[in-house]
Amino acid sequence: MASGTKSPVEIIAPPRELEREPLVANNRSIGWISDQVCKVIEDKTPAWWWPTFIISAALASVMLGCIAYLITTGVGVWGLNQPVAWAWDITNFVFWIGIGHAGTLISAILFLLRQKWRTSINRAAEAMTIFAVMCAGIFPVIHTGRVWYAVWWLPPIPNMYDIWPQFRSPLLWDVFAVSTYFTVSLLFWYTGLVPDLATLRDRAKSKMRKFFYGLFALGWTGSNRHWSNYEKAYMILAGLSTPLVLSVHSIVSFDFAVSQLPGWHTTIFPPYFVAGAIFSGFGMVLTLMIPLRTLCSLEDLITVRHIELMCKVITATGTMVGYAYAMEFFIAWYGGNPYELYAFQNRAFGPYWWAYWSMIACNVISPQLFWFKKIRTNVIYVFIISIFVNIGMWFERFVIIVTSLHRDYLPSNWGYFSPTWVDIWTFVGSFGMFMTLFLLFLRYLPVIAISEVKGVTPQADPHHPLGGAKVGEHH
Amino acid sequence: MSAAKKKTSKKKNAGKSDAGNRDSAEAAVASEGFENEEMVCCESDIHAVMGVYDTPADAMHAAESVRDGGYRRWDVHTPFPVHGMDAAMGLKNSKVGWFSFVGGASGYTIGMLMIFWMNAVDYNIVVGGKPMFSPFYAFPVSYECTILLSAFGTLIGMAFLNRLPKLHNPLLKNRTFCQGATHDKFIVVIETSDPRYSQDETRELLEKTGCKHIEYVED
Repeated sequence: MASGTKSPVEIIAPPRELEREPLVANNRSIGWISDQVCKVIEDKTPAWWWPTFIISAALASVMLGCIAYLITTGVGVWGLNQPVAWAWDITNFVFWIGIGHAGTLISAILFLLRQKWRTSINRAAEAMTIFAVMCAGIFPVIHTGRVWYAVWWLPPIPNMYDIWPQFRSPLLWDVFAVSTYFTVSLLFWYTGLVPDLATLRDRAKSKMRKFFYGLFALGWTGSNRHWSNYEKAYMILAGLSTPLVLSVHSIVSFDFAVSQLPGWHTTIFPPYFVAGAIFSGFGMVLTLMIPLRTLCSLEDLITVRHIELMCKVITATGTMVGYAYAMEFFIAWYGGNPYELYAFQNRAFGPYWWAYWSMIACNVISPQLFWFKKIRTNVIYVFIISIFVNIGMWFERFVIIVTSLHRDYLPSNWGYFSPTWVDIWTFVGSFGMFMTLFLLFLRYLPVIAISEVKGVTPQADPHHPLGGAKVGEHH
Repeated sequence: MSAAKKKTSKKKNAGKSDAGNRDSAEAAVASEGFENEEMVCCESDIHAVMGVYDTPADAMHAAESVRDGGYRRWDVHTPFPVHGMDAAMGLKNSKVGWFSFVGGASGYTIGMLMIFWMNAVDYNIVVGGKPMFSPFYAFPVSYECTILLSAFGTLIGMAFLNRLPKLHNPLLKNRTFCQGATHDKFIVVIETSDPRYSQDETRELLEKTGCKHIEYVED
């Protein structure tokens, strides 16, 4: 065909078996999407909201009480002692940080990979990231005991002898990694929120809402000149968040891997931690999304297909984690270091065998059930398995930290860690804080990225008949 | 026709009254044209003319015609970024990337220099007989600083290029605009300050693109 000839392009419908399930079910219109998502905010507070909120807030207060007790009394109120000086505190830190990783994976990595299904879940997953990192940040700060000195340990400020923090320590790298992660996640989340805040501003009935949504929407009007810069900025932020999220959990793993301790000193840690983080994060996304889609009537936006795809990610990352467990054992034997081999044998068959095998059951075996389509399309089963994943990943960190520490080189320096009630309630309370923040988010901010979901519907495609394209049209 | 005419002339007499503006703007949703002399006297009050479309394809065709008409001060407002609209509007590639690059480069430099100065110049600390400074141990922190400042650069660059936050925008006082642009309509806005703007020709241009709803936005 000669170039420049305008020939009518015939749009042929693909065969039925090749057609993909639409991302928004029931062929909903663009306007319906904003109506339905804004309804969660604009409608009267639903009956289930207050009880869940009160319970969550009560648990959060319990955590605050425990922290106050810890700070006024000392870290001795936890079960820590020689040789286990890191236990639930750092376990909880790594657990929460790991949860956050799925949010960034969904918002950044799946964006770069052009996985359009991410649009229905990315907003809530990013919120989950931010709240999880907030929960995570509490533990390393309070585990130092004298938290009022933290200002000299965390940011690079010289202490009274004019000494600076020393940057050879992975613990300081971690400070930078986690605070950068939190800040960039917040910026990314806010950038995504701007167009939706404008939608809320334009729909707002009360003056208060108009003012606050208007303030944070920055005067957004959906101008295409703005979208052009916005989309570029969004893509760059996604491009920045991707190496960031991989670096954060790698650096968290350096806290362990850079030490000389058998059980920690392994090179597989960074990729293994990242895979585990994504695995646990997707578990938490499913735990949150499955009740949320029903309670907020968002089944047409978060469809079973979305859940199925997340289950597949869980199976993939769960298998990677299983491989890492096996490889750790193999290298402990193949490496020929008797201390290393002992650390691993002790992990599986020592006094903490129950933690190790709970971890294996939850992380390696339970996600394999998702090979069955019947299971991964049944929301009840998926919900139950997602909770197993959460439990398993908490155990993983517990196993790594406590079993490696509890038997030192000399048997005189052996011990057994048991948590105290303060350990337990601080951790349970952190769930309260997480849920409190998440429930507030649910009521005041759009839980689904409205503009992004609109963008992936066929009605949004100017080359699709539903988007107004006529047969034979040529661009 | 007569209703629209009446409203416009009423407004002419009343001058600028904010409360009346919205009503008159709505009434000016004239499907028929205005008489010339009337429009000329009101032109200073009008910020822009907008054409409302129901589908992205229609808005894109309209954008192509406005682009080819040589307009400069105009825009298309959509509830989501429409693929191909940049080309239809004749927009160049966004410059946000430069801001990210400057942010990232300064982040890396600041990180490296900070660590070098703190641990190797201002107060030397020997740890395990390792060198006072090495780019390897300084890398993780510098890397995080790169990403941090790059993200700030990106966001500040985007806000700067878009001139956001914008505290006042006549478009946001228009009800049709607010109910559509961030919801489910695709709105082409041509400002009256555009050198090519002319009451009749611009309107005709929008009508030709099949626009069923043309409205004037008060300043």
